[in-house]
Amino acid sequence: MNDEKQQDAGVPEGPPEKSAVIAFTLNGTAVTVHATPDRRVIDLLREDLGLTGSKEGCGTGECGACTIMVDGRTRLACLMVAAQLEGRTVETVESLADSDTGRRVRDAFVTHGAVQCGYCTPGMAMAALAVVRESPEADRPAIREALSGNLCRCTGYVQIIDAVVHVASEER
Amino acid sequence: MRPVLFPTTLAALFDIVEHQPDARLMAGGTDLLVRLRQGPADRRPLICLERMARLNGITTENNTVIIGAATPLSAIIADPLVQRHCPLLARAAATVGGPAIRNMATLGGNICTASPAGDTLPPLYLLDARLDLAAAHATRQVPIAAFITGPGRTDLRSGELLTAIRIPMAERFGLQHFEKVGRRNALAIAVASLAALIRLTPGGRVAEARLAWGSVGPCVVRCSEAEARLTGRRLTSETLRAAGAAARAAVTPIDDIRATTAYRRDLVANLPLRLGAAT
Ligand SMILES: Cc1cc2nc3c(=O)[nH]c(=O)nc-3n(C[C@H](O)[C@H](O)[C@H](O)COP(=O)(O)OP(=O)(O)OC[C@H]3O[C@@H](n4cnc5c(N)ncnc54)[C@H](O)[C@@H]3O)c2cc1C
Ligand code: FES
Ligand code: FES
Repeated sequence: MNDEKQQDAGVPEGPPEKSAVIAFTLNGTAVTVHATPDRRVIDLLREDLGLTGSKEGCGTGECGACTIMVDGRTRLACLMVAAQLEGRTVETVESLADSDTGRRVRDAFVTHGAVQCGYCTPGMAMAALAVVRESPEADRPAIREALSGNLCRCTGYVQIIDAVVHVASEER
Repeated sequence: MRPVLFPTTLAALFDIVEHQPDARLMAGGTDLLVRLRQGPADRRPLICLERMARLNGITTENNTVIIGAATPLSAIIADPLVQRHCPLLARAAATVGGPAIRNMATLGGNICTASPAGDTLPPLYLLDARLDLAAAHATRQVPIAAFITGPGRTDLRSGELLTAIRIPMAERFGLQHFEKVGRRNALAIAVASLAALIRLTPGGRVAEARLAWGSVGPCVVRCSEAEARLTGRRLTSETLRAAGAAARAAVTPIDDIRATTAYRRDLVANLPLRLGAAT
């Protein structure tokens, strides 16, 4: 059933785009959205819901700029479809300042100079939030590993790792 | 627009498959969604496996670890049963992508993708993993080495689903090593990898050795010649070099954007030397 060769050539036909009703919790608020079920979550967030914090760098899972949390675990919004969110709890960088830990991540990024152009920052901050929440005991190598799916073209990473090491030490 | 379906039982899934035979299965989507993006749009439905409780989770039965096909790699890496009975698999899974990819990517997806660079495959070959396959009216069990038939090719039949991976407990192998060489440390596709299961006698000689290389041929290369060079000996750099030389002759690596054939052959020969450091 997965044979790519079955794929029809040419323009898909059939009824116009049908939208689905998808209900989930977004940054602490219950939301219901109408979207085509296979809409990419990054597009749903940025274009339909106006939450432009999450960025699209590569669209293929390699840069981490679109990192969000679903049910408390990091996920890539470029590799999820909208229907997958039904009933889930979604957190994006827009909710970073809603928790003490999130505010500490934000403040540490600022004070450590971990933000230059800022394009990687939303994804980086969510990956950072995940690691300090889940394992505040994480040492520097563990934190590097936790951020290893997030690319930054500006900072050279040292400032970012410093910031997260600092937050982890505060959380312990 | 593609419809997206979330069956929660096998019966519901096979019902969808029967009525919409062109539907695609999606586990974590980390291979499939990247692939679909590259092709033209179509209307073939996606059948998501993520809400099928039966496909998610890890249990043991008759000295076998049973991993649901849609279990995410991060759950496998953290699982105490896996860490105890087949740490080799956890080590290899931990090198796939980055943390968010591992929260999404599943073991079943890694197997069905059948990439020559699939990092869980060399361990699964060495661990003698068997795959549970189910169709609407039939089930069967196939050893991993028979299931993977070529690069990107498997013996998965139309209408069939991989439900679980069965791994005989392997703690008698005190040395379980996985090493991958990529272009960088994180998020790197393997240029070459080595998986090893070694059982040493109390005196430090090799009682049993299993070695497999990834990314250096169309499928995983298990090399009995190399294994024989270790058996009965100590893991000195001399014996490890001999094993590496045997493997170098057995592999057929390709030139690609990640590395040349010659470099891959050198890696194949040199990777076993790390086993000396790992003891
Ligand atoms: C940025 C990035 C980095 C990556 N790095 C690595 C890496 O380092 N090493 C590595 O090995 N891989 C890597 N991958 C590839 C991918 O993440 C893995 O192969 C992953 O395990 C695929 O699992 P999935 O659940 O996401 O599969 P999916 O994309 O959901 O499915 C893949 C294929 O398998 C089929 N399938 C899935 N589950 C089943 C089932 N139960 N029964 C039948 N068919 C099924 C699907 O129909 C599809 O054809 C990477 C991918 C990305 C995007
Ligand atoms: S945009 Fe999702 S990982 Fe790059
Ligand atoms: S600050 Fe520019 S990419 Fe990280």
